[in-house]
Amino acid sequence: MSIKRVLVTGWKNFARGGAVSAATVLIMTVTLAIIGSLIFLSALLTFTLNTIKDKVDVSVYFVTTATEPQILAVKEQLENLPQVATVTYTSADDALAAFRDRHANDQLTLQALDELGGNPLDASLEIQATDPSEYESIVSFLEASPALSVGGTSIVDRINYDQNKEVIDRLALAIQATREIGCAVVILFAIASILIAFATIRLAIYTARDEIGVMRLVGASNAYIRGPFIITGIITGVLAAALVLLILWPATWYVGEKTAAWFGGFDLASYYSSHFLLIFLILMVSGIVLGAIASMFAIRRYLTV
Amino acid sequence: MIYFDKVTKKYGDTAALEDVTLSVAPKEFISIVGHSGAGKTTLLKLLLAEERPSDGAVFFESVDINNLPSAALHFYRRRIGMVFQDFRLIPNKTAYENIAFAMEAVGRTDEEIKSDVPYILELVNLADKAHNFPSQLSGGEKQRIAIGRAIVNQPDIIVADEPTGNLDPINAYEVVEILKKINELGTTVVITTHNKGVVDAIGKRVITIDKGKVVRDDTDGKYVL
Repeated sequence: MSIKRVLVTGWKNFARGGAVSAATVLIMTVTLAIIGSLIFLSALLTFTLNTIKDKVDVSVYFVTTATEPQILAVKEQLENLPQVATVTYTSADDALAAFRDRHANDQLTLQALDELGGNPLDASLEIQATDPSEYESIVSFLEASPALSVGGTSIVDRINYDQNKEVIDRLALAIQATREIGCAVVILFAIASILIAFATIRLAIYTARDEIGVMRLVGASNAYIRGPFIITGIITGVLAAALVLLILWPATWYVGEKTAAWFGGFDLASYYSSHFLLIFLILMVSGIVLGAIASMFAIRRYLTV
Repeated sequence: MIYFDKVTKKYGDTAALEDVTLSVAPKEFISIVGHSGAGKTTLLKLLLAEERPSDGAVFFESVDINNLPSAALHFYRRRIGMVFQDFRLIPNKTAYENIAFAMEAVGRTDEEIKSDVPYILELVNLADKAHNFPSQLSGGEKQRIAIGRAIVNQPDIIVADEPTGNLDPINAYEVVEILKKINELGTTVVITTHNKGVVDAIGKRVITIDKGKVVRDDTDGKYVL
């Protein structure tokens, strides 16, 4: 009985609140939009980091005298390591073909290559680790491995790990920093907008302080007085969340289109549609909790004597 | 049913009420008169437990109301119907809803509300304005709605603080008539006023307060100040 009344009164308060209700919903919408963008930012940076990690590899170049079976034996050994995800073999001929392909429009380089005669390029193995931190151990395995030397001389020309290592580490660091700073900024914004939402709800309740006074006067219990305001807060939160979910549709499509090229093809719109349920839940729960808690705090000061 | 035992209320160093002792019997109609600032409103606030006495005690049916835990306070307030000079209606509720609201707040059923509210609207002669908002009602009409709200839960006592203060004489007269009717139906009524016409129209017990003290208590009173 009284639950139904609280619900109905909460709804009526909201519906008759007019401009104040609308303003509260809008402020809450901004807050939730910021929380929503936090989700997207985090997803975007995670994706970018993973893409870059995938591009990291170690190439082992063999001396031109190394035979194919020797190289394939090394490949097999590497594939047996748990830290190694894939190993790709590029023979000297393949490397030469690829080189010619790359410089098809560069006659000067091709002429120089022809004049050299033979194949100056090395055969190589491209190694992808399961995790970037594993490269160190893979490289030390290679350096210690007896398969790499024939009759005391190493068949390995060079390992480009050391050259790549610094760049890779820096890139990983930069992404990690971007992620942390980005999240910190968004969280700051979120806190600011939550405070604004609190203040707005408090203002909305301030306009109802006479009503609260009257309720106390006619002998309503504190729980009964508080109820409708919490319901109003929840309605505000739900509406704001719905609004954000709607706005995100065109927004992710538009922003995604503009930024897909930058972030290695991360499509915000398809991320949104594939994670809709999760985002829906996060925003709805944030809206409801925010509305209810803000109302609870705002009304507390009118209930104590 | 109400007993003020040597009650003193001080705000800072100034005493709003000093050593007031008085009792109210059931079914009485009491007018408390005095100039502005004499302590009438303070007296009512003490009765409602909105303020605590600096000294002395206020009893309601032998219960010291200042000893009530705050969780029980709203049960006590339900036994008192309050009426104010400034009406204190809820602006975004209709006349009907303003009265129904008081019943909802104390947890009455929908059936009770449906049968009681029209009866109360009838009693205060406003059945035809049931669906008007307060802004669409005159001062006298608003005060009658406020009285309706005060009596709808059948309180033991109606306390009216300057109920006619904002009304012209004709509306004031109507309000007094309704309060007399309620009193005749068996509810104790306590009103404060500084309106001579109102006191004389009631013609019941008059308590005169001046500078925080009870200076006269006449069973068949006139306005004397």
